[in-house]
Amino acid sequence: MSKSSRNVMSFGGGIHPSVDGKSLSSGSAVRKAPLLDRYTVVISESVGKPPKPVVKAGDEVKKYQLIAAADGFVSANLHAPTSGRVVGIVDVPGAMGTSVPAIQIESDGKDEPCEPMPALEWRSAPVADLLKRITDGGIVGMGGAAFPTHVKLSPPPEKEVDTLILNGAECEPYLTADHRLMLEQPEAVLEGAAISARILGVKNIFLGVEVNKLDAIEALNKRAGDFGVTVVGLKVQYPQGSEKQLIKAITGREVPTGGLPMDAHCVVQNVGTAAAIADAVLRGIPLVERITTITGEVVKNPGNWLLKLGTPVIKAIEFAGGVTEEPGKLIMGGPMMGFAQRSFDVTICKNSSGVLLLPVSRSIAYDSTGCIRCGRCVQVCPMNLLPCLLGNVIESERFDLAAQNHVMDCIECGSCAYVCPAHRPLVQHMRRAKAEIRKRKK
Amino acid sequence: MSEEIKNEIKLPTGSQLVLSSSPHIKDSDSVRRIMYKVLLALLPACAAGIYFFGWRAALVMVLTMVFCVGVEALWCWLAKKPVCGTISDGSAAVTGLLLALNLPPNIPIWVCLIGAFLAIWLGKQVFGGIGNNPFNPALVARVGLLIALPALMTWWSPARGMSPTSEDAELWYSPSTIRAAKSVDTVTHATPLDAVSCATPLGVVSTTKKIMGKSIEAQENFAAVASNEQMVRYFLGCKAGCIGETSVLALLIGGVILVLCKLINWRVPVVFVGTVAVFTGIVNYFCPGVTPPPLFHILTGGLMLGAIFMATDMVTSPITSTGCIVFAFGCGIITSVIRIWGNYPEGVSFSILFMNALVPLIDRFCTVRPFGYVAKRG
Repeated sequence: MSKSSRNVMSFGGGIHPSVDGKSLSSGSAVRKAPLLDRYTVVISESVGKPPKPVVKAGDEVKKYQLIAAADGFVSANLHAPTSGRVVGIVDVPGAMGTSVPAIQIESDGKDEPCEPMPALEWRSAPVADLLKRITDGGIVGMGGAAFPTHVKLSPPPEKEVDTLILNGAECEPYLTADHRLMLEQPEAVLEGAAISARILGVKNIFLGVEVNKLDAIEALNKRAGDFGVTVVGLKVQYPQGSEKQLIKAITGREVPTGGLPMDAHCVVQNVGTAAAIADAVLRGIPLVERITTITGEVVKNPGNWLLKLGTPVIKAIEFAGGVTEEPGKLIMGGPMMGFAQRSFDVTICKNSSGVLLLPVSRSIAYDSTGCIRCGRCVQVCPMNLLPCLLGNVIESERFDLAAQNHVMDCIECGSCAYVCPAHRPLVQHMRRAKAEIRKRKK
Repeated sequence: MSEEIKNEIKLPTGSQLVLSSSPHIKDSDSVRRIMYKVLLALLPACAAGIYFFGWRAALVMVLTMVFCVGVEALWCWLAKKPVCGTISDGSAAVTGLLLALNLPPNIPIWVCLIGAFLAIWLGKQVFGGIGNNPFNPALVARVGLLIALPALMTWWSPARGMSPTSEDAELWYSPSTIRAAKSVDTVTHATPLDAVSCATPLGVVSTTKKIMGKSIEAQENFAAVASNEQMVRYFLGCKAGCIGETSVLALLIGGVILVLCKLINWRVPVVFVGTVAVFTGIVNYFCPGVTPPPLFHILTGGLMLGAIFMATDMVTSPITSTGCIVFAFGCGIITSVIRIWGNYPEGVSFSILFMNALVPLIDRFCTVRPFGYVAKRG
């Protein structure tokens, strides 16, 4: 313990949220969810072009069967989470608040898999085959934006990527899905890391874990050497798991403004994604289920569940024993960056890391008052912006001034709004300005 | 099993769920809490004020706070703003208390009322209320009163423990005091002590310089007011002056509370006081007849009150740490210059107001390099 906490790495700024909530769900092993009658698999869940459905109403499908095929390079395949009959393509509420199309599958109760893809020997198989398998497996970033992984693993050669970073920081309060994954399946994570590194042709593989997960660090360290992975203890500081902050903490490099991690010669991948890569390559299993934290003080049995894509959140909450009191807020993701939902019909997607229920007493829609220039937002902003001033110029709709003051560099981590004593909706302001500036550029 | 639980507690329908932008958890601090913590940090100074100047000081503090809150309420009512909203944040009460701490202990009550109007109306609300005022409202009122009513604002009563019979009586009791002692103030004579007036240590220094110039006698006078025994008395609070500036010890306790509660940037008081110490130290070293040693400057006048509670006002100080250092450095220089060469004995209020005016400029230049921007070379 002393060793890892002495050498912890970090970035500048950030906060220590007063609510941690991880102990609610971190203690119990991942449970496999029982089979449901019906799954509603959202088609356009990832950044990039939505895949094209290749099944129609009435079709019989097997588990792992392709149901929507990638449309172009920046797009990801979608597979059936179980065997059964396609009901049709319906509109369901998406996690981002808009209605999205989804393929509804009625389960036949057998959960019967189709002919699996052949397992690959990752150390010897051609890189092109490995990359194709990741494409076929429909792997996307499972930490946040659900960006297709095969695109991330094919950086243009001029970017000279030399480092792969696995993101096991899991800095969001309440969420423990990555923690449990690293603890229970360290080998899958390390295998996925090694496969990604081989595809990228890099030798430096770092796996960053916040030091509040020492058991996971220990589990990973047992095998890390075999896969050439260096496990790095990170300071417990939000947003340690933000791509740019993670790169800064581990390599000391700064992603230039407007750039991507590959501009700092890095590729960052969530540990869940790495495990999914290992499943696809070594076991021929496409991405149809994921570990999701179902948690909150009002949840009866908070914990982590292995959920199939398309599981309605209401069912997921039932797996966790239901609620002990009426919840006031339903959040997909963590409390810092997750999205509040208006409906329990929203479903589990490839990037649903958590389902969080907050009690009514803590579901407050704050009234904001004027900025008192306390400067706390400036101290905590991990991007070194001036959130209070940006908030003022955005409130007066001076988007040109907001752009001059680097609003486009905001990562929407919410640290500023968290500390603001005047309860100003700063993240909302930033999002509005970013959307407005993007619109005007077009 | 799950069906049972669902029946027990009904999940809310969509319209009942709270929808808001992330983050969904928040720090427990609010503007109101900040203001109440500041009031808490001011308590030691208030207690010291009451101890050294009697209950008359308590009356000034309570009434000035009431007046400030009243003026705020009146303004909000006239401006058709929600009245309760801006009073309950406690900012008017903080302004009122700070103003009271910047007034002489036996100031007539009507002056407090004028001060409240100056602070809340001219200092704060005309600019749009909390957060929008460029100048510290309490200091606007103090300086306004000082210019409009110079006699009343510099009529100091002796603190408990000071007596005309002690050996330094000649120094403590300036000639004007004798006159004042003869006329009993009708409004303020709570105790016989109130009827007497005396000079502040800085006032003595200022008068000494005006009368004696850079003579040897001046140096002797400086040595008398800056003797070690006097320094201890200044530190504990046994000196004439405004209600709140009397005890350096009480102000330091308040400062520690503020720093521990993370309400102020510790750099501001440290750099402010440090700059005054270094500046007056250099002048004193080379020309001891011009000004007393730095410790005298630190322990007397409004420096501690200003550095800990006034210059650190969130609204009127810079938002970045580098900005705060520049701001506090400027405050320190101006304070020293006024104290050493100015016409007024004290310069803390003026220096803070002057630097308040420069805050937008400081904010403009003292920014931090945003993440991902490489500093341009050449």
